Amino acid sequence: MSEKLIESGNSAAALAVQLAAAEVIAAYPITPQTPLTEKLSELIAAGEMDAEYVAVESEHSALAVCIGAASAGVRPFTATSSNGLLYMSEQLHWAAGGRLPLVMCVVNRAVGAPWSVWNDHQDAISQRDTGWIQIFAKDHQEIVDMTLKAFRLAELVHIPVMVNYDGYYLSHTYMPFELPDAEAVRAFLPEYDYKHTLSPEHPESLNTVTLPDARNDINGVKQGGYMEIRQNLHLEMRQAMDVWEEIDDDFQQRFGRGGTPILDPYRCEDAEFIIVAMGSMANQFQDVVDRLRESDGLKAGVLALQMYRPFPTARIAEALQAAKVIMVCEKGLSYGNQGALFADLKSALYPYPARPRLHNYIVGLGGREIRTDDLYLEMKQACRQDDQATPEQNDTPQWIGMQL
Amino acid sequence: MTDSRFKILTSASTSGPGDAGRTGSWRVERPVIDYSRCTPAKTGKPSCHLCWMYCPDNVVSKSLEPTIDLEYCKGCGICAEECPVKAIEMVSEEEFIEGGNDE
Amino acid sequence: MTQIAKTNILNLTEEEFVHPGNRACSGCTLSILYRIGLKALGRDCIFVVPPSCLTVMQGLYPISATQMPVLNGTFASTAAIATGVRAAMKRRGKKTQVVAWAGDGGTADIGIQALSGALERNEDIIYICYDNEAYMNTGVQRSGTTPQGGLTTTTPYDGKKENSKNVPDIVAAHNPAYVATCSASYPLDFHDKLLKAKEIRGLKYIHIQTPCPPGWGCEERMTVKIGKMAIECGLFDLYEIEGDQKKLSEPTAKLLKKDKLRPVEDYLKMQTRFKALSDEQIVNMQQKIDRKWETYRQEFAEE
Repeated sequence: MSEKLIESGNSAAALAVQLAAAEVIAAYPITPQTPLTEKLSELIAAGEMDAEYVAVESEHSALAVCIGAASAGVRPFTATSSNGLLYMSEQLHWAAGGRLPLVMCVVNRAVGAPWSVWNDHQDAISQRDTGWIQIFAKDHQEIVDMTLKAFRLAELVHIPVMVNYDGYYLSHTYMPFELPDAEAVRAFLPEYDYKHTLSPEHPESLNTVTLPDARNDINGVKQGGYMEIRQNLHLEMRQAMDVWEEIDDDFQQRFGRGGTPILDPYRCEDAEFIIVAMGSMANQFQDVVDRLRESDGLKAGVLALQMYRPFPTARIAEALQAAKVIMVCEKGLSYGNQGALFADLKSALYPYPARPRLHNYIVGLGGREIRTDDLYLEMKQACRQDDQATPEQNDTPQWIGMQL
Repeated sequence: MTDSRFKILTSASTSGPGDAGRTGSWRVERPVIDYSRCTPAKTGKPSCHLCWMYCPDNVVSKSLEPTIDLEYCKGCGICAEECPVKAIEMVSEEEFIEGGNDE
Repeated sequence: MTQIAKTNILNLTEEEFVHPGNRACSGCTLSILYRIGLKALGRDCIFVVPPSCLTVMQGLYPISATQMPVLNGTFASTAAIATGVRAAMKRRGKKTQVVAWAGDGGTADIGIQALSGALERNEDIIYICYDNEAYMNTGVQRSGTTPQGGLTTTTPYDGKKENSKNVPDIVAAHNPAYVATCSASYPLDFHDKLLKAKEIRGLKYIHIQTPCPPGWGCEERMTVKIGKMAIECGLFDLYEIEGDQKKLSEPTAKLLKKDKLRPVEDYLKMQTRFKALSDEQIVNMQQKIDRKWETYRQEFAEE
């Protein structure tokens, strides 16, 4: 039986992992992920989840345990935030290059220095080049649904998936959501099966030193070198977007929810001014859009980006062709350049005929409050801004909510 | 079950000899066994076999007359050093060049 | 304490698990260890290996020199990866041995955090540290187990100033199921300790002194003799620890009968890596060994 609950975002994630029947949980506590780890530990200790909880001594080891378990034929799970994600960074690259079907929840939090326990997206953004698929949940229902779909995607395409949700805004707030029926989830998620499961019966040596050039194997057959393997990861990551859409379709048929796996538009059909954002902030922008329409007669919309990596270049460029102005609002940036999402989006638009005017806004770093009033004023300004601004000025990120 | 449209290239090696090629080409001297001194050869009974045990590369056979696989023997000389009856001598590869070494 | 088996050369299996023609250096004693160790471990194993000499020896994609399933992983996480494999075996109801093979760097320096965690959890794995006393795979840089005075590329003129870490002691302080020291010069002792370790549940740690010709500065053919000399001088001791019981292994135990062991200088002069040692340092070294053996003679008097 499916259940309707009012619980925290962290609990939503834990309950989804319980439904997905992950068998090895190795997570190191870090704010604001901690209650997720604690909940899983509780479920296992109470006998409500048949899994092993490994009390690892660091995040680097947490992902190492998952790499070991996944390679040896069992579905693992881990979760982290902020510096924990950074600490396991080399393992992220390892898991992706090793084509391991892993799922990890990242409860987004600002990175040090200086220390901050509050929400922004820099942790995930800083790992966008690792080869992990990155998706962003906007609310608790999405945390549940995306986590379940993530397991299936990771295992079908053998690329690890990072499910992101905002620290505190989602992890610690309470929202109603529906937890699908366990049997139905079992039917949706096939048994775990890693293509190169370590086995004495078919011994293989995994991820050893791989030369720059292609080389013959013991049967004299030419096998790719490092570059072939890495190219394959990239190309299949791109292909994974289609598979994600297929999974979402199937999920919708079974559970009645879905339909916007990559882009989730709100009032974008006739929009001239489109805000692009990821995570819970995209939901907050719905209020801004409503106000711009009602109070100012501006045809505004917000496009929530659900999948950040692989970046849906064609899909997003096409979705924005009809708009005049795009405001990309993000909680992180590529230091020394500009917003990461902004740069990716601008690059996606480059080959297309229509190039709307683009604006970049950095908001909410280190948990700085993102006031709907402030957002409304800035977005209204962007919609109204005449073309007096130089291209450089438009291209430079603006910062909302500074206090000094 | 992986999606069959995906190749999933992975660095997964299968086993066989000669990963480093013909490692016999590494050596500058090769072990030569004097079977008149070698204990199992002399007695005709399984005995000693220290050369077999200590060979790092598994190129010495555990037979009454031990043989060396010269394709892969790296010429380390541990067998010669550990032989308790000094039945193994390390001889320069120069001695075995076909047609002699006139250059 | 359970007795270990007494395998001898005649009954040591002829089955081989490692292919010749691999990339190990000529005269590498890790090769001896690996070859003989696998005879004890058998095929029902999964190995976890960090970047190290063994990585290279094992082969470059797509050829593997071993006939065993091996998982390579990042440098600092050997014990953690092995934990994950162990957890998978348990979930799948398999008795497959999970064996980590790491060098001294991957065990005592960069790898020590993960090892300490695995020890604290008493993970049911065999953890083998082949200690060649420096970062040999990257060209002989000093490690935590490089002995005092050892010349390496990062301690190039005066040799290492500091004393080496006593890794078996550090491991033993975690109270794992089994701790043993071995030497590449006594492969049968290693073989039998592995047979014993396979039957024990919990973390089994085996620390092996692994002479290295290019790193230690000796002729390749002398490496087995050097390992034996280390033991005859009483510098490196073979023993087992189970619970709070410590038992000396035969090559070391038999030295208890002697009043005086070979001087440590006999060992040091066999290797050019010690040529910078001062007379004073050698005297100190000898005194340390002498003191240690005094306690051994008292502790193991009954044996």
